[in-house]
Amino acid sequence: MTPLLAIRQLTMDFGGLRALEALDLSIHPAQTVALIGPNGAGKTTLFNCITGIYRPTAGEARLQAADGRSTSLQGLKPNQVTALGICRTFQNIRLFGHMSALENVMIGRHCRTRAGIAGAILRNRRTRDEERQAADDSYRLLTKFGLARHANDPANSLPYGAQRRLEIARAMATEPRLLLLDEPAAGMNAQETQALDRIIVRLREEEGVAILLIEHDMRLVMSLAQRICVVDYGRKIAEGTPAEVRRNPAVIKAYLGEDESMEAHA
Amino acid sequence: MNWDYLLSLFMGGLTRGSIYALIALGYTMVYGIITLINFAHGEIYMIGAFTALIAIGVLTLAGWNGTAILLIAAVAAVVYAAAYGWTLERIAYRPLRHAPRLSALISAIGMSLFLQNYVRMAQTANFLPFPNLIPEFAFLKPVAHIVRSSELVIYAVTALVMLLLTLLVRFTRMGKAMRATAQDRDMAMLSGVDVDRVISLTFVIGSAIAATGGVLIASHIGQINFYIGFLAGIKAFVAAVLGGIGSLPGAVLGGLVLGWTESFFTGYVSSDYEDVFAFLFLVGILIFRPSGLLGRKQMEKV
Amino acid sequence: MKAEFKKSLLAALWFMFLTFPITVVRVNTIERTVAWRWERLIWIGAATFILSFIWRRLLHRKQTGRREVSAGEVRPPSRWKQMAADPRLKGLALSAAALCFLVIPLLFSWNKTILVTNALIYVVIALGLNIVVGLAGQLVLGYVAFFAVGAYSYALLNYHFAVGFWAALPMGAALAAAFGLLLGFPVLRLRGDYLAIVTLGFGEIIRIVLENWNALSFGPSGIDNIPPPGFFGLALTLRQTHIAIYYLMVALTLLTILVVHRLQHSRIGRSWEALREDETAAQAMGIDTTGAKLSAFALGACWAGMAGVVFAAKQKFINPGNFTIWESILVLCIVVLGGMGSIAGVVLAALVLVILPEALRVFADYRWLLFGALLVLMMVFRPGGLVNARRRAYAFEPSAPEKSERP
Repeated sequence: MTPLLAIRQLTMDFGGLRALEALDLSIHPAQTVALIGPNGAGKTTLFNCITGIYRPTAGEARLQAADGRSTSLQGLKPNQVTALGICRTFQNIRLFGHMSALENVMIGRHCRTRAGIAGAILRNRRTRDEERQAADDSYRLLTKFGLARHANDPANSLPYGAQRRLEIARAMATEPRLLLLDEPAAGMNAQETQALDRIIVRLREEEGVAILLIEHDMRLVMSLAQRICVVDYGRKIAEGTPAEVRRNPAVIKAYLGEDESMEAHA
Repeated sequence: MNWDYLLSLFMGGLTRGSIYALIALGYTMVYGIITLINFAHGEIYMIGAFTALIAIGVLTLAGWNGTAILLIAAVAAVVYAAAYGWTLERIAYRPLRHAPRLSALISAIGMSLFLQNYVRMAQTANFLPFPNLIPEFAFLKPVAHIVRSSELVIYAVTALVMLLLTLLVRFTRMGKAMRATAQDRDMAMLSGVDVDRVISLTFVIGSAIAATGGVLIASHIGQINFYIGFLAGIKAFVAAVLGGIGSLPGAVLGGLVLGWTESFFTGYVSSDYEDVFAFLFLVGILIFRPSGLLGRKQMEKV
Repeated sequence: MKAEFKKSLLAALWFMFLTFPITVVRVNTIERTVAWRWERLIWIGAATFILSFIWRRLLHRKQTGRREVSAGEVRPPSRWKQMAADPRLKGLALSAAALCFLVIPLLFSWNKTILVTNALIYVVIALGLNIVVGLAGQLVLGYVAFFAVGAYSYALLNYHFAVGFWAALPMGAALAAAFGLLLGFPVLRLRGDYLAIVTLGFGEIIRIVLENWNALSFGPSGIDNIPPPGFFGLALTLRQTHIAIYYLMVALTLLTILVVHRLQHSRIGRSWEALREDETAAQAMGIDTTGAKLSAFALGACWAGMAGVVFAAKQKFINPGNFTIWESILVLCIVVLGGMGSIAGVVLAALVLVILPEALRVFADYRWLLFGALLVLMMVFRPGGLVNARRRAYAFEPSAPEKSERP
């Protein structure tokens, strides 16, 4: 089976600093892959390279497009990558703070709707229908994420856990086939993390979306991921099933070096 | 080819450039530390010049002599400009430290507008003559058509200020704290740097330097009004961007390059479009080399 | 209390020191006299003493207010807000306002009508700038350039090709929009502060070119004898023409409000607001930020262009002096005071800021001083503007109870 996303020899330099070195990674449809590693290992940089925020120094990422053809993501702008079916969340929540939760999700619908300037000014039937449809779809998504009662509240007034979920809902509104989650459980308590676990499982099972997950909460990683990729200093040091990775000496060393043992987390 | 003309344009460019550099230092320091364009910086320069003019007026009428007047006026200008810079930061920028950048920027524009009109209403809207306090040096007589003694003083002071500032930033505790704050404000705070104090001090130093430039150029040109800070401020900003905003040597280099190009442009092409030229220059840099001549490329943290 | 008193006293002394040379001393170099105006120092001391109390009080209130909100406490909407949300009352208020504007020429003198026409021109320009600054969050400072493009395009098209007002109106708007795009392309990559300076430069470039390019614009002497708009071929007296222009401006204002309102609550408007809130996130969510910026520039500029055409027709004479940086700053003040993104706020602010200085001469003298202070105070204490833009609330039929409402 061809992978949904194939990353080949991806390298990213910042001045003299090599943040990613010849990284290979494949993600298959509806698969959940976790990306773990110490802080500063280059995990978020990889996200930024995939989504077009950074332009990789070498190597490329290819996406199996909806029509089955393989498309290079090289040189695409973030919005073009999103249109192709990859969407992300941010490590430090980046919601549109003064807009309502519903409008945040409606922004996600932007690339799947068409109405232009003329439509907005004339407000013809098609535009109105599309607008209503976008609002309904977004509301449905909010309901799915347990956020419906916050629909009309400004995003920055939502409780922390709800903001994290809203970010995922907003990303899902773009109809991604691959969802990139950057530390979705950061700052959540155990209860919230559990709820998040259920949401992600449901996304995978009901929507069939593939997920690439950066996370430090090992319990969440072990419960969700089918494969785990471990990076350190920009290089992949291990990849495999959770059980394999847990036993891998290189991984243990990388983590113990940071005074953190995998066993303590898991 | 008229070599004297060419040389005089070169010297004139150096004069302009030195003044742009002195003002640009303040922009670049403030930008380096709080990533804000202090729109009111040009106004501080203007206030420095006005304070000096008032001091000169009072002292002259009281019958003081030349050198003492020059020194007292310069000190008054520097002290007052520094005080205004400090107050400006406390009122218009500190309450907005965590607000969106757009807010701080609009506040800065408001402050600029306020200070301009404060001087206009408290003093006058007309141009005021500014006496030339720098004596004509005898040894410059043969080349007086190329370089004047006030210009020589401008070069010397600019070089001295640059040297002192470099020493301050490189070797003192405060300089270290400034560099730390510029790199990562939160980390600096965690490691015990009093960030508020560092920011205040940055405004104070930047304002004092701008006032120095203000007094020098006012004395060289011979007149001032409340509006001189506006254009000088914008051009100095262009210089700071040209050199690479956040970089101290960049500000000086940018100032000089802008001064020379402007001088040659007005000397050989057209003086009607002098100001247009500076703006086009800015647009050009921002498109082709947004990080400036000496600046490093900035990556946004995502 | 004693500490507060001490703080205010210190502030007062500090400001007396600060303002001493510039406010107190006035040197007259020609008559060789110095005027010492000590009484000003006392005023400044007293005013600072009081204002310092208010300043700290407001800052304190703002900070505690923020803490309350962040604690997740939901305050019930005030009676005012409930009333404002009532669509019937809103409709009533709007029709009352519209009626007021219709009867102004009947009740007031000719001069006052012209003043209101002026104010309405600023309403239209400010609503245009509101798209760029308020909605899309792009601080454009040289906005008056688009106003100039509109005014000069009517004046020049009329002079050279005898183009009439009604044809020039859309042409001026289109030309201004084209200049908006022209400005937009090079500055697309610039963020906030750079954009502000470059656009300020752009405004100055347009003015300086108009002043110096005599062959095109007739230089500083400007263009005279610009014909007023024709109204159905009627022969109108000067007075009647002004009243007709007034009604034209009322209509144009209503059109602007309608269009801007519709744009704001559309897919495009949402993408502008997302751009304002977080450009990186907006792009990552699939918004073509280039397109969003360009459309905001073009659509913002076209209103200024249209207002410019009317301005030229009303003034009959224009020169570069009509289009200085001060006009740009006045329009920015209007948008800031009105609350960025709020149509009602912007309309109200434009009327206040344009009419008040004319009505009160005292105010006119201090106008720019106050505008400067206004910008700072608004940003520090009420960045949302005087009229808080309420977000549009969407209504949905209550669906099945949410399963995972609690995390």
